[in-house]
Amino acid sequence: MQSSHLVISHVSIEFPTRNGPFKALDSVNLDIAKGEFVSLIGHSGCGKSTVLNIVAGLHQATEGGVILNGKEVNQPGPDRAVVFQNHSLLPWLTAYENVALAVKQVFKGKKNKHEMDDWIRHNLALVHMEHAMDKRPAEISGGMKQRVGIARALAMEPEVLLMDEPFGALDALTRAHMQDSLLEIQSRLCNTVIMITHDVDEAVLLSDRIVMMTNGPAATIGEILAIELPRPRDRLELAEDTRYNHYRAEVVRFLHERHGKMSSTTPQRNTSLKAHATVQSIPPRQGLPKTSGVKCDIRINVSDSAADLPRNIA
Amino acid sequence: MTINILTLTREWRLQVLAPLTRLFQKETRDDQIKSFISLAGVPLLAIIAFLLLWGGAASHIDTSLGKVPGPVKVWEQTLQLVEEHIQERAKEQGFYQRQEQRNQKILEDNPEAEVKIRPYTGKPTFFDQVWTSILTVLTGFIVASFVAIPVGIVCGLSTVLYRALNPLIQIFKPISPLAWLPIVTMIVSAVYISDDPLFAKSYVTSAITVTLCCIWPTIINTTVGVATIDNDLINVSKVLRLNWLTNVYRIVLPSSIPMMFAGLRVSLGIGWMVLIAAEMLAQNPGLGKFVWDEFQNGSSDSMARIMVAVLAIGIIGFVLDRLMLMLQKMVTWDPQAIIR
Repeated sequence: MQSSHLVISHVSIEFPTRNGPFKALDSVNLDIAKGEFVSLIGHSGCGKSTVLNIVAGLHQATEGGVILNGKEVNQPGPDRAVVFQNHSLLPWLTAYENVALAVKQVFKGKKNKHEMDDWIRHNLALVHMEHAMDKRPAEISGGMKQRVGIARALAMEPEVLLMDEPFGALDALTRAHMQDSLLEIQSRLCNTVIMITHDVDEAVLLSDRIVMMTNGPAATIGEILAIELPRPRDRLELAEDTRYNHYRAEVVRFLHERHGKMSSTTPQRNTSLKAHATVQSIPPRQGLPKTSGVKCDIRINVSDSAADLPRNIA
Repeated sequence: MTINILTLTREWRLQVLAPLTRLFQKETRDDQIKSFISLAGVPLLAIIAFLLLWGGAASHIDTSLGKVPGPVKVWEQTLQLVEEHIQERAKEQGFYQRQEQRNQKILEDNPEAEVKIRPYTGKPTFFDQVWTSILTVLTGFIVASFVAIPVGIVCGLSTVLYRALNPLIQIFKPISPLAWLPIVTMIVSAVYISDDPLFAKSYVTSAITVTLCCIWPTIINTTVGVATIDNDLINVSKVLRLNWLTNVYRIVLPSSIPMMFAGLRVSLGIGWMVLIAAEMLAQNPGLGKFVWDEFQNGSSDSMARIMVAVLAIGIIGFVLDRLMLMLQKMVTWDPQAIIR
């Protein structure tokens, strides 16, 4: 690891609300080395996205600041490309044109037309989208849109790639596929990446470090877990790996403890209680034999904290 | 070829004609009949029912000018108006021909003589009036759009400017065109003074009145459209550090096009209604003046002629709206957008 590339130093942020200022983040400190892949994980509303937005320059920290290569960050710029959760491609432009918009903006005067064209095609090929580059976002699937979004971000040659739950809106299969693609790209380009995720497996598989955040208000970094798994990583091999499972368990344990704490302090408790109550009060259906010990899977999808709930409630 | 006709009817939203074009396609007779009934049959039936009701009701109402004309009488007057138009054109041609002959004769006698070409001063026909009205409304509408869209974009982008202009917009919006008319007339006669005016004063007055009423819906809709752009897209623009113009051209304009066009269509509709009223009140040439003249004329045919004008106003308004729709289809980026 080299000396700090990106420093998040004593970052706090307050948002004005009707009931006075609301402190969302309190003194977040993080040093990230060049080429490092860092995941931010934590419960919904804990301010992960706020951290990312501050690094991106879309939000301004109330206290503290972000230093990239020795310079303070205070406005958005293409050196900190963002991959948004909802792809946010311009729907009126084709995949090629979407990437081209970014490339023309970043490499104006540095590349000629031909070089730009090559560079756009190169980046689309990197995410395996060269076959659909003349399609508009409405004509391609969610995973493909996200690929184009990643291509657009990579094409800016950013110092830091910021990803806000990039695969959150995708189905499990596509997500796994995208994670593999990202692993492959990362191993080739060695970008510095900060990624927000809710998915424990995704965090362990992709990251060098997992930053676990405490719950808001006044959220900060709870624990940092270094993932010392050798690269290149393969999801099938890792599934059997004891270290992998250990890391995974560490993160789950952290989130679980926080979930308990959160339940006693924040109003979100009601939602989870309500969900339990509903499950318990399902009346036995008529005609069904009243046998005990029948195993049934009830899956509860709580959209904003799917990662921390036990998957199967018997 | 057949495909071209089909796509054309679909493009122009003339589904009523679809069965006709399908005759060119290899479809079974049953299918053709079915689609003819559902697409053209139902609207046709409704129109026939309306004509019957009209005819029945009209014959029972007596006015000082005789019975209210039914569809047949109105159709006769339509043909009559066409006939008058053709005659008037022939007269005009004859006038210019005679003038030219006379001038040539004068020049033959004396090559030094100054010849004058006098313009024909016959009274404008119904179709002249229609054309004047269409030109006027389009002028007013286009001027209004050129003002309203930029103002709307700026208001949508800047909260400060929006706060500054919003009260003015809200106050001016509900003002009736007829309230503007005297003011506009006075100002135009005072300001627009020229020995050889490019446009007639009445034309300028009417067009400005239309503009004043056309501006507001477009401004308001564009403002809302611009202000409600997806936040993610704004962030993309920020991360890319697009400059103001590129931001407007690449992100703001395309995403606000649907709202903008909704405003433009309302504006054009209002503009057309306003124009007719303004022409009637100010006696400016156009369809409104035609209606008023016929009303003052009070012959036994007058009412039927007014009805021709009324129907023409409706049909032209409809066609103008369709034209806007076509324009919207041309510039819209979303193939799935439902435009109606």
